[in-house]
Amino acid sequence: MSPAQALATAEKPRDGGLQVLRERGQREVFCGLTGIVWLHRKMQDAFFLVVGSRTCAHLLQSAAGVMIFAEPRFATAIIEERDLAGMADCHAELDRVVDRLLARRPEIRTLFLVGSCPSEVIKLDLGNAAQRIGARHLRSETGEGVRILAYSGSGIETTFTEGEDACLTTLVPEMPVQAADAPPSLLMVGALPDIVEDQFLRAFAELGIANVGVLPARRAGALPAIGPNTRYILAQPFLGETARALEDRGAVRIDAPFPFGAEGTAAWLTAAALAFWIDEMHINRVIAPGRERAKRSLERYIPALKGKRITFLPDSQLEIPLARFLATELGMIPVEVGTPYLHRAHLAADLAQLPEGTRISEGQDVERQLDRVRADRPDLTVCGLGLANPLEAEGLATKWSIELVFSPVHGFDQAGDLAELFARPLRRRDVMRI
Amino acid sequence: MQLAVWTYEGPPHVGAMRVATAMRGVHYLLHAPQGDTYADLLFTMIERRDARPPVTYTTFQARDLGKDTASLFQNAARDAVERFKPQALLVGASCTAELIQDDPAGLANNMGLPCPVIPLELPSYQRKENWGAAETFYQIVRHLADTSVRPAAREGRRPCVNLLGPAALGFRHRDDVREVRRILDLLGIDVHLVAPQGASPEDIRTIGAADFNIVLYPEIGDEAARWLDKTFAQPAIRTVPIGVGATRAFIAEVAALAGVDPAPALNDPSSRMPWWSRSVDSTYLTGKRVFVFGDATHAVAAARIAHEELGFTVCGIGCYNREFGREIRNAAKEYGLEPLITDDHLAVEDAIAAAAPELVLGTQMERHIAKRLGIPCAVISSPVHVQDFPARFSPQMGFEGANVIFDTWVHPLVMGLEEHLLTMFRDDFEFSDAAGPSHLHGSAPAHNAMQAQMQAKPEPVLAPAGDILIREEAAPVAASGGSSGWTDEATRELHKIPFFVRGKAKRNTEKYANEMGLAAITLDTLYEAKAHYAR
Repeated sequence: MSPAQALATAEKPRDGGLQVLRERGQREVFCGLTGIVWLHRKMQDAFFLVVGSRTCAHLLQSAAGVMIFAEPRFATAIIEERDLAGMADCHAELDRVVDRLLARRPEIRTLFLVGSCPSEVIKLDLGNAAQRIGARHLRSETGEGVRILAYSGSGIETTFTEGEDACLTTLVPEMPVQAADAPPSLLMVGALPDIVEDQFLRAFAELGIANVGVLPARRAGALPAIGPNTRYILAQPFLGETARALEDRGAVRIDAPFPFGAEGTAAWLTAAALAFWIDEMHINRVIAPGRERAKRSLERYIPALKGKRITFLPDSQLEIPLARFLATELGMIPVEVGTPYLHRAHLAADLAQLPEGTRISEGQDVERQLDRVRADRPDLTVCGLGLANPLEAEGLATKWSIELVFSPVHGFDQAGDLAELFARPLRRRDVMRI
Repeated sequence: MQLAVWTYEGPPHVGAMRVATAMRGVHYLLHAPQGDTYADLLFTMIERRDARPPVTYTTFQARDLGKDTASLFQNAARDAVERFKPQALLVGASCTAELIQDDPAGLANNMGLPCPVIPLELPSYQRKENWGAAETFYQIVRHLADTSVRPAAREGRRPCVNLLGPAALGFRHRDDVREVRRILDLLGIDVHLVAPQGASPEDIRTIGAADFNIVLYPEIGDEAARWLDKTFAQPAIRTVPIGVGATRAFIAEVAALAGVDPAPALNDPSSRMPWWSRSVDSTYLTGKRVFVFGDATHAVAAARIAHEELGFTVCGIGCYNREFGREIRNAAKEYGLEPLITDDHLAVEDAIAAAAPELVLGTQMERHIAKRLGIPCAVISSPVHVQDFPARFSPQMGFEGANVIFDTWVHPLVMGLEEHLLTMFRDDFEFSDAAGPSHLHGSAPAHNAMQAQMQAKPEPVLAPAGDILIREEAAPVAASGGSSGWTDEATRELHKIPFFVRGKAKRNTEKYANEMGLAAITLDTLYEAKAHYAR
């Protein structure tokens, strides 16, 4: 028996019979650095400086390939042979690179030093470096400083979306302290496309939630205050460490399924509103139009998707809530739902709605998982870019998972777009005569 | 530390992947953390390969570091050999694994694996992708070549050669091989093997059976060719047949070495490029300023074609691979230019902006630079994007390659006859610069500027400014008039000049004003300068 097999042990049933297949082996997923691709668009006065190798720069270039002619606010400080010779020199080099960068980009208010596999392995202390460099840049002549923060997006520590989790975690201590007598406030957590974020903020306002903050804020100066009167709701399912940091500062989590589709979004908004003691009649009145619109937009996809079998390979941790959405709102049948990491508490509401018999797997041994895909032959396999064409060549329809992270998919008004992402590869197969 | 946003070359282990992926029957075990698997998508998405690269990543995590990454490596090796049954296993480390010093070679050798193990030492913090590919191919040849194999007696058989260098993710390698095979066939020469592309370890074993080698891509194949010359006394042809002149020289050299008549290949009736270039419509190509940047081999070839076969003026030449800097320096000397040898795309962008060319020949990086500057561009070298892996036959080498190059480079330019029409109608109210050349869609400079304005995003995607990537001021070529010194009247007149020569007119006028010590550029200055440069 290979070690991978030995590790692939099914847990004893618990949590109401939930069985999870845990695997360990080659993982076909991005590292946490990839989050920079959407985070730098979200935080408009932030710059992300990866301290890493040529591989890191090449990864960002390849993952962000579609955006290559957009002007990024990220770069890689590539560690070279002579930087490895002495740690003192390495720090001096980093200072030089950062100074040059900030001199050229005076509009930058937050600089993230992003750790990578090589910087972690040589134990380059970026937290320390952030303090050292921050002290120099804190008070510029204009009175405005540059906040320098550090987090790790390394592959040895983070999987894909965990990079965002690590990034947001470093922002939590920077949030102002909420006054002890402040009225209750809501904090929406997780980077969303601006258009979706605005939709949710409008919905909260209509529901009558007065004080709503967003993490990450679009600009460094707009970080909301936090304290024991803060209720926070996660918009993304991959923010375990951020949640812990928020709770350390007294904020309390609102438990809800994630806002995908008509029902997910309705439940999510309702949970937020109930936490603020808003009348249920009012909640239903506010939510009904959006929910109906979402349902209508989903209806036309039901014929194409109902009864179709789908497998998710682990990628973004969005897999469980998306499988929930596809199963309960479109009638798809999840065969295997893989996730790089399963946060049982945050996903409890979505997990509970997955059809019985759904195989849930955590971690990955890609070869064994592909063996299962070949045996299961689902109608649609959601996977990363490295696997999509090879699976298509084997006759299996695929959906690139990266689109689920890069496109607006949350909320009522994106429900139809989300269904379309899954329906399109199937429809394409139907129309093609080639 | 080097600050980089976009890179011309990946790390050296990506070069090794390009060799492994091109071959049959090899597997590459890469000691690497999670995330390094991103490299698979280069092959499956950009090159549209229908199979995963034959690479297993050991995928160690932080929690493994203090413990036993070595046994993780050995387990992965055992699993990979059992599952993929390769004829040879390449083992190596990515940048992170290099730091933890697990010695993949030693670990794999101690396992008694049922296939040859080829260790790769690719220093990630010093070297890059092309070097990694060359070193990998060399190690494969050195480990697998049977040194007792020699060519059969020459009597009663056709001469035979090895084609060295084509690899996965190469710029037009697939089609170049087909075209070169066609040339060799016309000459009556057999191809013993092509490597790495399509070769198996068993094929490599017999590499010594060829009479000589042809190095199609020196960046990847030359290291191995030198060893083959030393070991088997196999001479190598190093003339790269890109362009009509180079193809003729290549045919002559190959024919001489093989002892065959070059005429059947030289007289190939499908060589249309010379006539296309001599025909009158091409007159307008004369003296067009081109900036050439790419890998050294393709850049040198492109500059020669531009200069000798299209009558362009080469106004800049450079390469990103220092290992072949000498070739670029020699070529630059020929054109009286300073060579630009750098892998910093910001430096390339500055050089292109300063040279103000009318056509850029480069990689996908230069394509983006040219787009920003509003200059036409054609791609001549890796790195390239998905659209540069065409479905159709589209070689760069041989006479067909020259035909393809003529079409590809001339297409982005304003056509000859159209140039006259534009001039004739430039004051017509229906004519607008914004329309751009009629045969181009969306890539015309004026059109881009319009698009950028329409996309009222906080960061315009197509016309960014003030970013670290971009020089602090606007591009001199794209900017049309209005710079300090220009009177309003002169600026208006400048705008009447068709956009595709406006940059040149502006540059010449400013140069003239500068030389004459004129503070203001008036209408007169503009025409004085025109007369001055017309002489």
